[in-house]
Amino acid sequence: MALSFMEGNEALARGAIAAGCNFFAGYPITPATTIFNSMLEMLPPQGGICIQGEDEIASMGYCIGASMAGKKVLTATSGPGISLYSEQISFAIGSEIPLVIADVQRLGPSTGSATRGADSDIQFLRWGSTSGVPVIVLVPKDALDCYVLAVHAFNYAEEFRCPVFIASNKEIGMTKESFDLESAPLPPIVERKLFSGDTYLPFEAKPDAAPPFLPIGGKTLVRQTSSTHGPDGYITIDPEVIAKNQDRLREKIYNARKKITLFEEDIKGNSDTLVISYGVTARAVEDAARILEIKGKSISTLTLKSLWPVPEELLLEKAKPFKQIIVIEMNLGQYVNEVKRVLCDKKIKFYGQMNGVMISPEKIMEVIENE
Amino acid sequence: MNSYLNKNRPPVYCPGCTHEKITNSLDRAFDRLNLSADKTVIVTDIGCSGLFDTFFNVHALHGVHGRALTYASGLKLADPELNVIVTMGDGGLGIGGAHVLASCRRNLDLTLIILNNFNFGMTGGQYSATTPTDAVVGSQFLNQAEIPLDICAIAQSAGATYIDRCSGLDADLPEKIAGAVKHKGFSIIETLGMCTGRYTKKNRLTPKVLDQMIIDSPERCGIIEENQRPEYGERYRALAKERNTFPEAVAIEKKITLKEYQRQEVVILGSAGMRIVTAGDIVCYAGLYAGMNVSMKNDYNITVLRGQSVSEILISPEKIGYTGIESPTVVLALSDEGVQRRKKMFATLKPDTFVLKEKSVTIPETRADVVEIDFRELKIKKQDWALASLGVMAKKENAINKTMLKHALKSRFSEKVYQVAMETIEKTTQA
Repeated sequence: MALSFMEGNEALARGAIAAGCNFFAGYPITPATTIFNSMLEMLPPQGGICIQGEDEIASMGYCIGASMAGKKVLTATSGPGISLYSEQISFAIGSEIPLVIADVQRLGPSTGSATRGADSDIQFLRWGSTSGVPVIVLVPKDALDCYVLAVHAFNYAEEFRCPVFIASNKEIGMTKESFDLESAPLPPIVERKLFSGDTYLPFEAKPDAAPPFLPIGGKTLVRQTSSTHGPDGYITIDPEVIAKNQDRLREKIYNARKKITLFEEDIKGNSDTLVISYGVTARAVEDAARILEIKGKSISTLTLKSLWPVPEELLLEKAKPFKQIIVIEMNLGQYVNEVKRVLCDKKIKFYGQMNGVMISPEKIMEVIENE
Repeated sequence: MNSYLNKNRPPVYCPGCTHEKITNSLDRAFDRLNLSADKTVIVTDIGCSGLFDTFFNVHALHGVHGRALTYASGLKLADPELNVIVTMGDGGLGIGGAHVLASCRRNLDLTLIILNNFNFGMTGGQYSATTPTDAVVGSQFLNQAEIPLDICAIAQSAGATYIDRCSGLDADLPEKIAGAVKHKGFSIIETLGMCTGRYTKKNRLTPKVLDQMIIDSPERCGIIEENQRPEYGERYRALAKERNTFPEAVAIEKKITLKEYQRQEVVILGSAGMRIVTAGDIVCYAGLYAGMNVSMKNDYNITVLRGQSVSEILISPEKIGYTGIESPTVVLALSDEGVQRRKKMFATLKPDTFVLKEKSVTIPETRADVVEIDFRELKIKKQDWALASLGVMAKKENAINKTMLKHALKSRFSEKVYQVAMETIEKTTQA
């Protein structure tokens, strides 16, 4: 078995290529730049297109145009870039344009610290668009996850015709590590469902599904619009049509939450505490649990790899046997309230840290032992 | 005439609005060019010009304010066969200025029709980037403190290869639009028009005045000779075609079996220019050749040519979780600024931690096992101190051994660089 050795960012780019990504547009920003660099190395030899936009807004615009022409597109940025992407993200959500957005998070607010990690954007990614339509956010804990989740992200983007976020972190994106790339558990590739019928209405769909796709530039004329639209893609003010579309946008994601749920677990029968975490923090949690096990204290762990839509059933099922739940986050508490909302009858303890460094296993053990 | 207009959705403009004339002229231009509808897309901006996509039986994309050129560029790059026509008002021109400049510079084969009617019609006649200073508009006195811009002059200086300007009522407009669409490269055509719902209510603007404005402004009628160059899409594809080697992932097969290897935490403290990151990479490769798991975090300044450079490496027979340094087993202290960056660490070092300190470097008090080396006396250049230190580590079998190091260097470097690296390393064996 040969081990590969690369940054999380390179792994994410390789995952995108494995998923069939053939278009990238982005604007350089630490700590996400090496995704752009990697795509620029990898796309041209494959006949793909890689562009540096004049700014983040333009980069997203290029992605939207290319996706509507049928390309599988990726962009990558960090928190300040997500801010600029926001208007285009709303467009992609509301008008069902598949794309994958890698957010290699850094310490905010604002420009914050370019080279310090934090899970700054967990709520921002969920709510940083107009209208509150659910989005899909996946979160890797290491380079292997960056590789594998990139493929999941493309699959979800294609199936649900929506932007999918990969909420990476400087501490994953810019950390080089070894992993077995060859035997990574990649899911089968899901392709965009194309329309095959007589009369194409670009937004006609089943009540909780995305509409079948046809590209701009194909034989059948296609309309795309950021305005409130009916199935025909023209502006509508009909309350029934509007409501139906709003419901569908919500339900195609929310009703699929079990399908979108990704996680790892280490549940021990003799433990009464479950620690829930995600991202790079999960690695320290797993280390802490292992050390405590040796010390004779049994701790179970649940590592979330999909944060939005909230994996409600998973949380309920996994938390059921436990007396105490501890949530650890590399921010001051962005996801813990979702856990509290779902596990409303459980005692939930929280520890968060936002100081530019990773939470150590030592700190996590202290939190667990000070129950 | 073959019309591309959508009979079910006729124009809905205010009576007398120039936009309607431009709609018909665009239709005639399509007819003149005999464009295939399925290979034509109208991309529209926000405002009254943003309605254009609904009037035609061609592909359509209507997006957010000022960004029409960005979608148009994505479409054209993805499908070079598409005829891409963008309509945008003077509002979109202002808010999306960066994209207009980028399009001029890039010269991707798009056609931008600017419908300049000197104000924001849809929101109440507020002033725009093209409103005359003496106009009476919906934003009270604000336009009186600014001057309007001449987009044609800006486009020319930004490298546009085709610029035309005329009244939106010009009988030759279909011909002019057809000329712009036919041009292979980015073409801009600025049309001047009357916003009868807002602007002309308080400002004297008639077809004659529009004609006079065209006469009074610098003439623009198509090709800009000084800016002629290859179309971006073709140029991009030609350049990209030369990049034909896909960079395969690094993959290292285990070649060395070690007995009882314990987890190692190596910290290299140096400065920019000392090849610290390369040394860190080599330590990782050495670990990989022994079948170990490795991780590496680097810490250096945004301005890469000065300041500290720190590399933190874990080598472990177990899967690596937390990638932070908890208990270093090897510390290479190669520069004062590197040491300063991790000065708190020295007090926590264990007695069996191996610290290799260059003679010129000062380190805080520590219980660790400190070995001093004088690289200058060994005639090793500063940029090679990190590499040379790996030789010392290997000799003393701290974290890596000589076989691991040799494999790592061979894999990381060309044969020539490998030989030079080995010579540097050999010098340390005399120490």
